Amino acid sequence: MEKSINITLKIWRQAGPKVKGEFETYKLDNISSDSSFLEMLDVLNEKLIKERKEPIAFDHDCREGICGMCSLYINGHPHGLDGETTTCQLHMRRFKDGETITVEPWRSAAFPVIKDLMVDRGAFDKIIQAGGFVSVNTGGVPDGNAIPIPKIYADEAMDAASCIGCGACVAACKNGSAMLFVAAKVSQLALLPQGKVEASHRAKLMVAKMDELGFGNCTNTGACEAECPKAVSISHIARLNREFLSAKFKD
Amino acid sequence: MWLINSSIGRKLVMSITGTFLVLFLLFHSIMNIVVIISPSGYNKICTFLGANWYAIVGSGILAGGFVIHILYALFLSYQNLIARGKVDYAVSKNQKSVDWASQNMLILGTIVFGFLALHLYNFWYKMQFAELTGIHTGIFDPSKGASFVADLFSNWIYCSLYIVWLSALWFHLTHGVWSALQSLGLNNKTWLPRVKVIANIISTIVILMFISIPIYYLLGFK
Repeated sequence: MEKSINITLKIWRQAGPKVKGEFETYKLDNISSDSSFLEMLDVLNEKLIKERKEPIAFDHDCREGICGMCSLYINGHPHGLDGETTTCQLHMRRFKDGETITVEPWRSAAFPVIKDLMVDRGAFDKIIQAGGFVSVNTGGVPDGNAIPIPKIYADEAMDAASCIGCGACVAACKNGSAMLFVAAKVSQLALLPQGKVEASHRAKLMVAKMDELGFGNCTNTGACEAECPKAVSISHIARLNREFLSAKFKD
Repeated sequence: MWLINSSIGRKLVMSITGTFLVLFLLFHSIMNIVVIISPSGYNKICTFLGANWYAIVGSGILAGGFVIHILYALFLSYQNLIARGKVDYAVSKNQKSVDWASQNMLILGTIVFGFLALHLYNFWYKMQFAELTGIHTGIFDPSKGASFVADLFSNWIYCSLYIVWLSALWFHLTHGVWSALQSLGLNNKTWLPRVKVIANIISTIVILMFISIPIYYLLGFK
């Protein structure tokens, strides 16, 4: 049932990457419990614009949980308290009337703040880029059934591929490690015959890039898996370790 | 060198030294339990593992394992602190599925290491060290291990200290054992929960064997 709630927001404001940021408090009345969290922020921004104030910068795009653009560390959890959802899928009915909501950007040395709640996640693109290409045969279109793939491998690869690269794993990790992201990206290709050709090469290059960009070392706390909006399993991290170590021992 | 330069290489070193130390603990605890079953048997083990060349080589390798494990732990923790960034979260909540031990391995390790110094003074210094140097550091003959154990644990303060120490070690092991296997890549979706159970069993067996000794003396059996 729809109802209206009054909330207090503590939001991180930072004018630029090099400027010192701080929390600012906003009061917002009559927010529909049916609105999404991002719609609530839109309402706040409309209000700020009317008051001739600087609106809050935050990342968002598809607003249906598939693009990986939205971020936000809400009340101590990346993407909010709900499991397996992104911030855009979080609704105001999850908050109580009169509640104070703290909103922070992702905190990690490899994800510098651009402005307010927006962080630079370009490091993830650089890791993907370091992974390189996947060899494919050119020529006539091959028959779709020509390469048999066991269902369990296909399912595992699809589970890994569900990673949207939002960076919640890095934000949740006490070590600022990107292992879950890299593990998902390595696994989705390493599990399939098409990706096997460059598998060991890819694992080495992506891990090297990850280390170079200043992400931390994985200590297997499992916070990443718990906060991942797509519930990517840390068993993929074991696979990444396996791929990387066997590649190194082959050298 | 990729064992230093790459994050997974560093984790490999942590897991191999860790596994080695767990195997040592298993060996150590099996030896210790003999003191309850037969004090004279325990003294025979102490004589056998005195200042002989194999015991000295073994102790040297063991000390090396400890040093590497600790140095890498400090190195990794420092890097992870840097990777976290300068600004901390104002509000941060733990997830239910995340073990307390897994987030406090450095603190637990420090507690374990601190008590280790005490433990080395209590036993190693009075036994192997005394036998090696010929300096009489303890009140008993260096090979009379059972007398040293009985003497130390006749004091309830030492008993409690050792129980606290071993509890910290239990927490450290519950995360460490399965984590070592995960870092070695010996894990998958099916085995993840199994490996965690195995880790709990191994750490509980090791710690139960150790902790039964101060409890045995604390309860007044002699």
